[in-house]
Amino acid sequence: MSAPYLLEVCGLEVAYGGIRAVQGVDLAVASGEIVALIGANGAGKTTTLKALSGLLPPKSGSLRYEGADVTGKPAYHLVRKGLSLVPEGRGVFPRLTVAENLAMGAYIRNDRHEIRRDFDRVYALFARLAERREQLAGTLSGGEQQMLAIGRAMMSRPKLLLLDEPSMGLAPLMVQKIFETVRAIAAEGVTLLLVEQNAKLALETCSRGYVMESGRVVLADSAAALLASPQVRRAYLGE
Amino acid sequence: MNLSAKVSGNPQLRWALWAAIALLLLTLPFATEALFGRSWVRIIDIALLFVMLALGLNIVVGFAGLLDLGYIAFFAVGAYGYALLASPQFAVHWPFYVLLPLGAAAAAVFGILLGAPTLRLRGDYLAIVTLGFGEIIRVLLNNLNRPVNITNGPRGITLIDPIQLGGVSLAQTHEIAGITLPAVHNYYYVFLFCAVLTIAISLRLQHSRIGRAWMAIRDDELAASAMGIHTRNLKLLAFAMGATFGGVAGGLFASFQGFVSPASFHLIDSIMVLSMVVLGGMGNVAGVVLGAVLLTVLPEALRYIGPLQQRLLGEVLIDPADLRMLLFGLALVLMMLLRPEGLWPVRRRSAKAEAAHGR
Repeated sequence: MSAPYLLEVCGLEVAYGGIRAVQGVDLAVASGEIVALIGANGAGKTTTLKALSGLLPPKSGSLRYEGADVTGKPAYHLVRKGLSLVPEGRGVFPRLTVAENLAMGAYIRNDRHEIRRDFDRVYALFARLAERREQLAGTLSGGEQQMLAIGRAMMSRPKLLLLDEPSMGLAPLMVQKIFETVRAIAAEGVTLLLVEQNAKLALETCSRGYVMESGRVVLADSAAALLASPQVRRAYLGE
Repeated sequence: MNLSAKVSGNPQLRWALWAAIALLLLTLPFATEALFGRSWVRIIDIALLFVMLALGLNIVVGFAGLLDLGYIAFFAVGAYGYALLASPQFAVHWPFYVLLPLGAAAAAVFGILLGAPTLRLRGDYLAIVTLGFGEIIRVLLNNLNRPVNITNGPRGITLIDPIQLGGVSLAQTHEIAGITLPAVHNYYYVFLFCAVLTIAISLRLQHSRIGRAWMAIRDDELAASAMGIHTRNLKLLAFAMGATFGGVAGGLFASFQGFVSPASFHLIDSIMVLSMVVLGGMGNVAGVVLGAVLLTVLPEALRYIGPLQQRLLGEVLIDPADLRMLLFGLALVLMMLLRPEGLWPVRRRSAKAEAAHGR
């Protein structure tokens, strides 16, 4: 392997008009890792993920993916290279069926045979989706929609999956279930970068973590060290 | 439901059904003329043009979810393209097989011209810009008679060539094997052919990769681009494809009427086409066809209300024109309350399946 890291971010800045939402983020994710990005509301986590997945152009800084410079490359380029985003608030297509949503995940692929096998893989991962494959996605419960959003991203055969707040608005039991799946996906060899407000659960799932505050990374350490850090405990774990 | 299941399960029955529909459509102008008179054949011709228009707008609004309130402009581009190059206006008389593709291409270019600057707009804001675009085209047509006379202004263009098929003009009455075919019948068959072609293209698009990508953009544009969909190109493609249908319908309209003027391309006409799409069932091809036929035929049927009142009551109490707007408003309110997704919405069947699932 020539590149030690699958994804390397250097000095990333993103602005909406004049407002700088992300003001210099450095982070790196190695192949096979699960990395958490935690922080309060408005810290710039979602904006960072959008920039990493090519949905927002960075104002400055550089992105390297698989050792190649991909700064400013659009999403349709990055998805083909195996970098997929599960958007915040799930973002399923409500008026398409479950099966059609999954098919959209494989939009960039044309290996029909393999796609059919991946349908089965996703249905095996989420039995609930298999039962509801002909149902409109908009009629699913919140948890089912989150499963669908993750399953849909898996249909693109990602090497690196960016997950934006998978626990948002879900009941505790469903949150547990989603995180079990996240671990199962990681066990399949998919690298994960996880944005979460539920800092405790995120850090318990991940090996390393970054803490963001007002557009900057303020802490970067192993998950265990972050969980033990008084600063994190006070700010994010409610102690 | 039961019947359709029976029909789709039995191939012989299905063929018989299709044959019956084909026979009905082929004999429709004769039956209509015998029952209601020739003016009704003309109304059916117009209905077929509106089927094409509504299906074109359905690509933009129904599939891609881009609210377009200026769609009639593409109809105008097609109509004027045909009129200018097949009339005494410039003393040019090009044949229809050149002009119809040309009109389609011109409309597609205008579609992209409208689409490109509005890529980042959605919903109400897009509606406002497209509405403005529609009016710009109409005002241009109205005023391009000075200093150089191009469009002949509000007086419009007259004496437009009819479609000539192998030296035979569709505008004349022909006698084939003892069957008399007046102009409205000739055009009926041409329009029917084009409408069926439009339906076939729409159905193919709906179930294609492109069609599903449009629907994904309609449902959630951000998630769609996260799937790797090139949203900019696909939105432009939707505008261009929709405009193409409008452009062809416009060319056919010009040759059929023999006369075009800016008065045919008002905002109310855009709203009418949009109403057809919404009334029938946005995104569902069969529903849109139904909407187009109903909204062309029903207002014409209301014309009989006036004489009917005269005969029954001895005087005209309600002016048919007022009644038309009244019923139109009532229909819209009832639709919103009872069938907000249109008369024939997409996937009614799966909605039932969902109810069975208990959710």
